[in-house]
Parts: sequence; structure tokens; C-alpha cells
Amino acid sequence: MSGSAARTFKHGVHPGDFKELTRELPVERVPLPAVLTVPLSQHLGAPSVPLVKVGDYVRRGQLIGKAGGYVSANLHAPCSGTVRSVGPAHHPSGKMVESVVIERDAASAQVLLPMDVQDWRGQTAEEIVGTVAEGGFVGLGGAAFPTHVKLTPPEGKHARFLIVNAAECEPYLNSDYRILLEQTEAVIEGIQVLMKALGAEKAFVGTEDNKTDAAEHLRGALPPDLNVEVLVFETKYPQGAEKMLIDAVLHREVPSGRLPIDLHVVVNNVGTVAGVGQMYLTGQPLIERVVTVTGPGIRQPRNLLVPVGTPLEHVIDHCGGMTEDTRQILFGGPMMGQAQRFLDVPVMKGTSGILFLTDREVVERTEYACIKCLRCVDACPVFLNPSRLGALAKARLYEDMLDHHIMDCMECASCSFVCPSNIPLVQRFRVAKGLLKEQAARDREREGAK
Amino acid sequence: MGSVSAILFLAGLCAVLAAILAAAHKAFYVWEDPRIEVVTDMLPGANCGACGLPGCRAFAERVIEGDFQPGQCPVGGADTAGEVASYLGIEVGSLERRVARLLCAGGSDESHHAAAYQGFSSCRAAATIGGGFKGCTYGCLGLADCEVACTFDAIHMAENGLPVVDLEACTACGDCVDACPKDLFEIMPVRRRLVVQCRSLLEGDAALDECRVACTACARCVADAPEGLLHMESGIPVMDPEKEHLESRLATLRCPTGAIVWLEGQQFPELTEVADAV
Repeated sequence: MSGSAARTFKHGVHPGDFKELTRELPVERVPLPAVLTVPLSQHLGAPSVPLVKVGDYVRRGQLIGKAGGYVSANLHAPCSGTVRSVGPAHHPSGKMVESVVIERDAASAQVLLPMDVQDWRGQTAEEIVGTVAEGGFVGLGGAAFPTHVKLTPPEGKHARFLIVNAAECEPYLNSDYRILLEQTEAVIEGIQVLMKALGAEKAFVGTEDNKTDAAEHLRGALPPDLNVEVLVFETKYPQGAEKMLIDAVLHREVPSGRLPIDLHVVVNNVGTVAGVGQMYLTGQPLIERVVTVTGPGIRQPRNLLVPVGTPLEHVIDHCGGMTEDTRQILFGGPMMGQAQRFLDVPVMKGTSGILFLTDREVVERTEYACIKCLRCVDACPVFLNPSRLGALAKARLYEDMLDHHIMDCMECASCSFVCPSNIPLVQRFRVAKGLLKEQAARDREREGAK
Repeated sequence: MGSVSAILFLAGLCAVLAAILAAAHKAFYVWEDPRIEVVTDMLPGANCGACGLPGCRAFAERVIEGDFQPGQCPVGGADTAGEVASYLGIEVGSLERRVARLLCAGGSDESHHAAAYQGFSSCRAAATIGGGFKGCTYGCLGLADCEVACTFDAIHMAENGLPVVDLEACTACGDCVDACPKDLFEIMPVRRRLVVQCRSLLEGDAALDECRVACTACARCVADAPEGLLHMESGIPVMDPEKEHLESRLATLRCPTGAIVWLEGQQFPELTEVADAV
């Protein structure tokens, strides 16, 4: 099938696929757990401001957190129940984050309190963006950037193209694939809504050639008068990175330091698009999402519809428990996923998958010296020189790394993946970027103090 | 004949260039206080920035200008300050000696690990992976980023994984403050006795589950301390800097976990010997 695939982005890597574990499994709903922990910070930007206090009764779908700024998101109750506490709780990022803990009302039928949604056909672009903001939508691909901000191009810029990101390039994960197959109606509705909100003339759906059947399915369901093209690319990582997908679809490169909107493009994950469509169809805000629970370490891999705030251990129980040799639990895929150290962390808006790896996959590898093979240079999708950057990071010459454009690194881990010397390149880069950002913040503070 | 004209020509050229140089020397002459050089030589030459200026020379300039006092170099100590002051004929100036204090007491005996970490040995690197491997999200990871960052060899890792600050060697330059990914160092006056060695925002049993010496936010110290000295702020007692002179050992007496301590010099005196031996 790859013969017919369209031209894709340059560089990148081909990790194993491993999607067959859950590929054919339809999405099923997880029963609500007894207690849900809803973090106030599940998105990029300012945390939400809680609107409830301990003892309050909330209804499923009720607004419980207001956006704490422009780049922030609303938060809704994923179930009906009583607020048990509002305070710091374990968070998938590894930090302690203010969270609303809701005890499910066992007697309640958990009927949704729907949002008051107008027909989008009668709404203006601004009204649509307002509704999306009200629904608390964020990018469901993983980064969780507030959707209403994406839909509002900065002054003087406008969008011509909407790209729906259904690449799902991370191995193991199938949530986008299942959404394409099972929520086709919502996806199409969502595409139309977002095109209207952006004033876009054309939409593309970008996916990979391991999802050809889903692409065919979507093509068959599209209304003929809609200007949407479904593109199938060679399966390659990191196709789902925004800038890579734009390169694949439009053959244009987003320059360093610029945003997709500078190329008149807005990219949204297919899960987000389906969620927005769903909201317009049923009035449901973003309170649950499709999560692929997979990996050799879980007894029954599944595709699940999980309410936001469901604790990890509840999901594990629902999937038959972990195998004895489970070694690592990741939120996300194997390339960029976040390792977890507690079982009470909640599934969030941005959690696309939960991956359980065992002793066979998690192998401690000895780090050897760089042999200058430059496989990392061939792999880097943003054309950096990870070999050089790695050497600078090891020598702790962080400032010099700026000259080598370290800040363009999106931490996709392609370089670490191909390195034959097992050099932990991405980990080094994350340390360096963290330090450089802190330094920059201190410099700004000093400037401000003057 | 040829060689003579060449010599004459070069001599003439030299004379012209010399005249230009002499004129430039006159026109662009910058007077520099010779004392700057002398004072710079007296200073430790560490260029650590602990005084708040970008290096020893800058400090010398500002001392001569009168903006700074010799005693404000935390590295040089009393001898250097005295030397500089007597050379310049000015006051030494009082420097409140400050040191770095670690705001965590959760070593390997007090707190537990929630996960195994594989990767290179650096707190920051470990913290990039889900915040680190420790049960307590706020606590010291013990992978010695501060020890590596310290230019004065004042920080040494003790056997239980906590860094111990050598009070004599510490110059309060603040490099450890920047190095620690968990923000566990604070520069404070060496005479401050009352220190809360915990930054966990958890309360009660939730805090104790992670660490035996965590602050449980019971606020007994606030009640026992002289009025207004301490107040609770997100589950941690905080000292009002204005009322520092009121500090009292009373605040530590009823602390159930020993999170708030009364320091007589070094932190973790029981660890110091181990650190010295290593």
C-alpha cells in the first residue's frame, strides 16, 4: 500500500508498529469509578479556577472550573457526585497539581447536563469559537493546547487550510484510528464547524498508510459538496507533529520560530475535531475521551472511552490487571509518553494512550561514546545536529546549544531511537531546554527590575 | 644607493606612524583609576557573582566608587575585606554572612522511592521523567546537581543522599539555588536559626505517607512561636522577615515530625561526619 502513499516529510524514523494489539477492538465505555480526580491544569496555559467547593453537589457536564486566562480551558464535571476535596493531588506530569476530587453519586443515573448549544450553521465564527471555549476543548493529541486559541488567528493573519491530524504516528496507539472508524459522523460535523470558525477554504485529513481502511471509510462518508481531501502518507514517525504534517500535506516548511498560521494553516487533532462535532450533536462538553490501553504489560488491551479524571488503577482493573513483569507505565506512546510512578494519577484530556511495558521492552542500555555515525542527523525531522548538541549538553555548554537551535527541538526522540551508542540525547536536551528557559526567565526578571 | 633609499623611506614611514600613534594616545586617552587593578588583585578572583555584580573587577570598581563596601564580598571573608578597606582608607562595612540552606530533610532513611530510575545521574534529568523517582514530589532527589554546580566545593553528598552544605566554604553565591530542579535551596543569613526543612504542600497523613520528616501542616509551630513570627502558607510555616529577631526555639518543641528545626551551625550535624569522611 505504501506505493500509493503520498509524499511525506523529510527525515524521521520507522519504529515498529505494534498497533495490532488493539487495532480491531471497538471503543467501549469504562464504568465510572467511585472517585474521580480532575486536575485544574490539564492543558497548556494557566490553570482553571475552581467554581466548586468541598461538599457541593455537581452534575455530569456541569462547569466546575473556569478558564484562568485567555490561554486556559474550562473544566466540566465528568460525573454527578459530591466534591470531596480541592487540593494538590498526583498528576501525570509528576508534579502535585490542584485538583477537584469528586465522589460519584451511586444513586444517580449519570444523565448529562447538556450545554446550551446553538446550531453552528446559524452562528458567526466568533460565536463558534466561544462555544468551543465554553466546552473546554483542548488538543487531544497530547499537547492539550486550548482549541479556542488555535481557532483565533492573531491580528492580521488568517487561515486558509484546516488540517485534521489523524496521523497517530506513535506506535501502539489506536485512538485516532478508532475515532475515524467509529465517530465518522462527529468528525465530519467537527470539520464543518471548524472550517466555518476559521473561514477555511479547504480541509485536509492527514493519516498514515497503516490506516488506509479508515481513510477509505471517511472518504466514503464525506458529503460531496465539502471541500475535504483525505491524504494517506507513508507510515513514519513523527508524522503527527504539527510541522511535519504540514510539510507532508502542503509541501511547505514552517520556519524556525514561526507558527502554522504564518502559512495560513491550523492543525487540529482528529479527536478534538470529533469532540467538537459531538458537542454540536449532543451538547456534551469535553468530559471523556478515547484512550488506547495497550502494551504487553496489560492483560486485556482495549480501546476505551474514559471519563476525564478516572484514576489509572481503575483503568488497570477494568483491563484485567497488569502482568507480573510490568516494568513501566507510560501516558502516551512509547516515543514521547510520560512515565508514571503512581497508580492514582488521573486520565486527562490529553491522555491518548496508556502503555504498559515489561522487562522485555524496558532494557537498561550502556551508554557508549558517540561514533559520529550521524544517524541522528538523518533522523532529526527539524534538521538539527543532535550529535553536536548531545556533546555540548554533556559538556554543559548550554548557551552554545542556542546557536545550534536547541529550542527548535520538539523532543520527538527520533535521535535517541536511532543512536547505536545508546546516548540519552533527548533527555539531555530536555535538561538543557529546561535550564535555558529558567535562565531566560531570570534574565527577563532582571531586565524588568532595572 | 637602493638600500639607502629603502632605509630612509622606512624611517620616514615609522616617524609618520609614530606621530599618529602619539596623537591618538593624546586624543583618546582614558584615565583609569590604578586602584581598580590593585583592589581586583586583592579580591578572591572567583568571579562568582555572589555580590550581585558580574565579577571581581566590577566589584572593585563599585567599591572605589563607593556604591559597595568591601565587606560585601561574601567569598573573601574578613581578611580580604580588611585589606581592601585599609588600602582604600574606607569602612569595611558589615556583611551579613549568608549561606545556602537545604529545605528538605528526607534522605533515604526518611523517605521512599516510588519508581526506579534508569538514566544519567542528574537530578534535572531524573526530574524530566515524571518529576523524578521519589515518593515525595517536592523532595531532594539526591543526584548531586548542586554538588556539581558548587564552585567552592562547599556541598557534599552524604550517605543518605542529602547534600550537606559546608558553612565555612559556602559563599552564598546561589549556584545551588539555580541548579536544584526542586528549588530546595534558599540563601539565608547564617544567624537564622529557625528553618523549616520541608517544602511539601501536602498535609497530614498524605505528607507523612511520603516522608517521615515531612511538614504535616499541623501549625503547632505557628501557635507556639512568638506572635506574628510564623504563619501558614499553602501548608508550610513561613517566617515574617520583619519579625526575624523574635525567633525562638519554642516553635520547634511540639513539631511532631521534626520538620522545623533550630539550627546550631551546620544542618544535619549527624550527617556531617559521614560527608567529611567520604
